[in-house]
Amino acid sequence: MKSGRLPGRRVVVVDGCRTPFLRSGTDFLDLSAYDLGRAAVAGLLHRNPIDPKQVDALVMGTVISDPDTSNVAREVGLASGLPSSCPAYTLTVACVSANLAFVNAAHFIASGMADVVIAGGTETLSDAPIRLSRPMRKRLMGAQRVKGPLGLLRHFAGAKLRDLKPAVPAIADFSTGLSMGQNGERLAKRLGVTRADQDAYALSSHLRAAKARQEGRLGRQIVPVLVPGRFRIVREDNGIRGDSTPEKMGSLKPAFDRSFGSLTAANSSYLTDGASAVLLMSEEKARELKVRPLASLVSYGFTAMDPLDELLLGPAFAIPQALDGAGLTLDQMGVVEIHEAFAAQMVANLKLLESDSFARERLGRDRAVGRVDPERLNAWGGSLSIGHPFGATGGRLVTTCVQRMQEEGARYGLVAACAAGAVGNALVFERVEP
Amino acid sequence: MNPIRLEKRLDGVAVLTFDNPAGPQNILSRSLFGHFRSAIEDVLADPHVKAAVLASGKKDFLAGADLKDFLACGTPEEGAALSAEGHDLMDLLAKSPKPFVAAIHGQVLGGGVELVLCCTYRLATDDPTTVLALPEVTLGLLPAAGGTQRLPPLVGLPAALPMMLTGQRVRSRKALRMGLVNALTTPGGLVETAAQAARRLAEGSLRPRRRKPSLVERLLSTPPGRAFVLRKARESVRAKTRGLYPAPFAILDCVEEGLKRGPEAGFRKEEVLFGELLAGEAARSLLTLFLHMTELKKPLDDTAPRPVKRLAVLGGGFMGAGVASVSLKRSAVVVKDVSDEVLSRCGRTVWEGLSKQVKSGAITRFERDRLWARLTPSLDYEAIRHADLVVEAVFEDLALKRKVLAETEAAVSESCVFASNTSALPISAVAAQALRPERVLGMHYFSPVPRMPLLEIVRAEKTSREALATARAFGVSQGKTCIVVKDGPGFYTTRILSPFLNEAMVLLEEGARVEAVDRALKDFGYPVGPVALLDEVGIDVGAHVAKDFGDTFRDRGLSSSEALPKLFAAGYEGRKNGKGFYIYGRSRRGPKPVNEAVYALLGGAPRRDIPALEIAERLAFLMVNEAVWCLQEEVLSSPRDGDVGGILGLGFPPFRGGPFRYLDTLGAGEAVRRMEAYAERLGPRFRPARLLEEAARKGTKFYASE
Repeated sequence: MKSGRLPGRRVVVVDGCRTPFLRSGTDFLDLSAYDLGRAAVAGLLHRNPIDPKQVDALVMGTVISDPDTSNVAREVGLASGLPSSCPAYTLTVACVSANLAFVNAAHFIASGMADVVIAGGTETLSDAPIRLSRPMRKRLMGAQRVKGPLGLLRHFAGAKLRDLKPAVPAIADFSTGLSMGQNGERLAKRLGVTRADQDAYALSSHLRAAKARQEGRLGRQIVPVLVPGRFRIVREDNGIRGDSTPEKMGSLKPAFDRSFGSLTAANSSYLTDGASAVLLMSEEKARELKVRPLASLVSYGFTAMDPLDELLLGPAFAIPQALDGAGLTLDQMGVVEIHEAFAAQMVANLKLLESDSFARERLGRDRAVGRVDPERLNAWGGSLSIGHPFGATGGRLVTTCVQRMQEEGARYGLVAACAAGAVGNALVFERVEP
Repeated sequence: MNPIRLEKRLDGVAVLTFDNPAGPQNILSRSLFGHFRSAIEDVLADPHVKAAVLASGKKDFLAGADLKDFLACGTPEEGAALSAEGHDLMDLLAKSPKPFVAAIHGQVLGGGVELVLCCTYRLATDDPTTVLALPEVTLGLLPAAGGTQRLPPLVGLPAALPMMLTGQRVRSRKALRMGLVNALTTPGGLVETAAQAARRLAEGSLRPRRRKPSLVERLLSTPPGRAFVLRKARESVRAKTRGLYPAPFAILDCVEEGLKRGPEAGFRKEEVLFGELLAGEAARSLLTLFLHMTELKKPLDDTAPRPVKRLAVLGGGFMGAGVASVSLKRSAVVVKDVSDEVLSRCGRTVWEGLSKQVKSGAITRFERDRLWARLTPSLDYEAIRHADLVVEAVFEDLALKRKVLAETEAAVSESCVFASNTSALPISAVAAQALRPERVLGMHYFSPVPRMPLLEIVRAEKTSREALATARAFGVSQGKTCIVVKDGPGFYTTRILSPFLNEAMVLLEEGARVEAVDRALKDFGYPVGPVALLDEVGIDVGAHVAKDFGDTFRDRGLSSSEALPKLFAAGYEGRKNGKGFYIYGRSRRGPKPVNEAVYALLGGAPRRDIPALEIAERLAFLMVNEAVWCLQEEVLSSPRDGDVGGILGLGFPPFRGGPFRYLDTLGAGEAVRRMEAYAERLGPRFRPARLLEEAARKGTKFYASE
C-alpha cells in the first residue's frame, strides 16, 4: 500500500479501555468472546458521557471466531447498549485485527461517513472451537440425507476410530505450516538473536508492566469485569510477573526447538483472554460534545511480506511506511508501542530498523529507519507481560500509546504490530493539546 | 365513537377490532357491551360472512373490565345484573354457529380471558408481552362472565384453579401447553393468520385440537377426584387467607356448582356470588386500592422530570442490589461500594434475579446479557461522575450519610439528584451541610426491593420540584407505586410502624406469648406478625430505630420499650444470626417454634393469656392513629397516600383498605370510643389524634364520598 497522511477530516482518539487480560483458562474460562467484548464496549460507554445513540458504527477484530457469534461485533453492539440501528462488523487480520478495526473506523470518520465510531477487538483462547475431524464432519453432513436407522448404521459403518479425534485449531500459518513459535525460532537463528537478549527483553517487559500496574497506570485503562457464575470482580491482568528474575527466566527449557532453540514460554507471549475498545471521533464532533481528545491519527502503514522468512517483521516494514506517510522520522516518536509476540521478534525488528543493509535491500531506502530509544518503547509493559488476546491487542496498543503521550507530553506516538501471514501495521499519532 | 371496528373482508371473514377511542387500553365496559353485541349480531346475520376474527388495535388485547362499572354497583342485585349482562353477551359468542377466532397479542386480563374462552379458536403471539390472567381474585372478586365454568373443562381443574385463585399470569408458550390457546404465531401478520384460521374453521379444514389430558388429570376429573381437588383447594385457601377473603371460596363454589349441576347453574351461581362479593367491604377496598394505585402512576404536576440516563447506587448491600436490579431496564447503573466483596455479592444478587426472569420467560437470555452489561461495579467516585440520579443505600448512620453526600456532591454535576434510601433519618438532617440541598430528597425502598411495590419519596423543605418529579418518575418507571410524604422523623411508614412494633414489645413485657401476638395480627389480616417481622428485619435494626426515634413522641406517651435494646445487648439479632424470637432450624416448612429463652429478658417465663382482639386492636389502633397524626401534620397529603403506603409498605390488611378506610368503615366515633378506653387503662399513647376526634364529633369520614 502507499504512504500518505490519513486523507480527510482529522480523526481523534477520545478514550480507550480494555478488560483485564487474563491467562486463558483462569477467571474468564466460562466467558465467550461476545461476553468479553460486551464488557469492554459497555465499559467504554459507561466511562464516557456520550449518548450511545451518537455512536455511528462499531468495528471489532477477532481471530479465533466462535461459530455461534460469527459477527461478534454485532452481538456485542446489541448487548452493550448501542442502539440496534448502529451497524457493526467483525474483521480478522490475525494479531493486527484491532489495529485494522481502528484504521477502518478512522477512515469512516475521516471521509465524513461517520462522526463517532468504536473500534476494538475481543478474543478468548479459553474456548477455541474444537471441531470434529474432516472425515467425521463429512459423514455427519451426509447423514442428513440418509433415511431410516438402518441406513444411518450403514452410513457410519465405514468410520474409523481415528476419525473421532477432534481437530484443534493451530496457531500456525496456513501457507507455511509453521507455527508462530517455530517461525520465531527460525528468525532468531537467522538473525542471531540470543537467548540472553530475549530473556533480558522479556524480563524488562514484566518489570515495566508490574511497575505501571503498581502506579495505577494500567488500572486507568482497565474496566473491571464482574464475572457471572464466579461473582468475582476482576480488575487486574494476571500474567504479569513482577517477581521475575534472570535466573528464573534462564531456567526454562526451549519450547519450540527442544535441542537447539532459544524461545521459551517465558520469552513468548502466552494464550490470553480479553477485549479492548477505543472511542474515535471527528475533531469537530469531539468539540461539539465537549469531550477532550487525546491524540489524532496522522498516518498508518499496512504491509505484507514473505510469510516464511519475514513472518514476524511487520514493524520493520510498516513503521517506515507510516513514518513516510506522516513525513516524520523515528526519532520524533516520543512514545513507541510495539506488539511483543516474542522477545526474539522484538529484538529482531529493532535490529532491522537500525540496519542500513536491510533498509537498502528490503525497503529501498538509503539509510536505516532509525534506532528506537528503549526508554520510549513499551514503557508500561507489552504483550509478553500483559498478555496477548489476538484480536484485542491492537486496542490495548492504541490506548496505551495515546495515554502515554498525554502523560509523557510526547508530541508524536507510534504503534506497530506484526501478524500471521506476515502482515504488518503501524499507526502514527499526534497528541492533541489539552 | 364506536370502540369496535367491523371490517368485512372479501374472503368472508369479518374482523372485529377493539380500539377504544377514549384511551390507551381496551376495557370491557357496559358501553362496549352494546357495541360488541351489535357487531356480533351483524356477523351472524350477514350471509356473506362465514367466520370472524376478534383483534385489538392497541398494544394489549383487552385489559379487563371497567372497574368504575363495578364500583357503581351498590347492591348485590346490581352486581348480579352486571354479571348477567356479561353472561348474555358471552353466550351469544359461545353459541355462534360461525367460528370466531381470537387474535391475541399483549395482555388479556379478566373479562378479556372470559371472552376469548367463548371463541372457537385462540391464536396467540409468541411475544413475551402476551400474557393471559384472571386477576379478579386480587380485587376480591370472581370471574363473573363464565370464566369459572369455561376454563376448567378447557385446561383441566388442576391448571384452572391456580389461575383463578391466585391471578397467575400465563405467558403464551405455557398457555399453549395448557391448552388455553390453540396455536402460536408471530406478532406481524397476526390478523391475517387469524383470518386464515377462521376461513379454514368455517370450511372444516381446520379443527381446534383438544389437549390430551394426562392419566393423573383423567383420574382427577372423576367425581371423587374432583371432590378431592376442591377439598384440597379449600384447605389451602383457608390456610392462606385465614378466612378473611371471601373471593377464593366463592370461586370454588362456582366451580363446584358447575361441575355438579352444569354450566347454566354455574353461571347463575357466578351472578349471585359476584353481586355479594362486589357489595362487600373486601372487594370495595381492593378495588379502591387498585384505582388509587393507578392514579399514583400519573405525574404529580406538570414539572418535567430530569431524564435519568445513568443511575448511581451507593452501597452494594442487599438494598443497593435490589435498587440496581429494578433499575437496569431503564438506565445504566453504577454501584459504588468500598469493597469488592460487597460488589461481587451485589452482582450475584442482580444476576440471580435476572436469571430467574429468564427462567420464567419474562426476558430472553440475550436481554439478560444486555441488562447485565448496564451494571458497572466501582470502588471510586470517578465512575459516578456522569450520574443523573444517585440513590444512597449505605448503613443507617447520619454521619456516614452526610459524608457520602459530600463526597457525591464533589463528584457529580450540579444537576444530579441525590436520594437517600433511609427508613428513618430525617432528610433535612442528612442534607444539613449539603451544597445543593434543593437536589436532595429521600427514596425509601422496602426490602426486598424487586418484590415490594411501594416507594416512599420524602420531600424535605428545600427539595426542589424538579428533583421530586425526577425521583418520582424514576420510581414509577421502576414499577413502583410512589407516595410523596413530607420530611420528618420516620416519614410516614416507619413512623406508623414504630408504635405498632413497640406495642408488640409492650405486650410481650406484659406477659403475652410471642405466638399469640403474631397470630392475633395475622388473624386481623397482616401477612406477617409483628414479632416475626422484627426477626426478619433484624432486632439490631429495631433497637437502632428504637434508640434514634423512640423518644420523639414521648410527650404523647409513646416512649419506647426497653425490650429491643436489651435483646440486642444479649446478642439477639433475629433471623440473620439465628438468634431471635423464633428458633430457626433447617426446615422451612411448618410453624417455627418460639425461642422460649427470650422471655427471660421480657419479664420472666410465666406467660398469661391476653385476648386476641385486644392484642390486634392495641397494635392496629396505634398504627392508624399515627397515620391520622401524619395527615394532621401534613406528612401525608391525602388519606389515599396513607392507605396505599400502609398496605403496600407495611402489609396493613388490604381487605380493610388501609388505615383511613379502616377508620371510615369502623366509624370515627367507634374508633375514638375504643381508643379512649385503652387510653384510660394503658396510657395516653392511645389518645386519638385531633383530626380523628373531629371526625368523630362531626360524624365525617376521611374519604368524603365514594
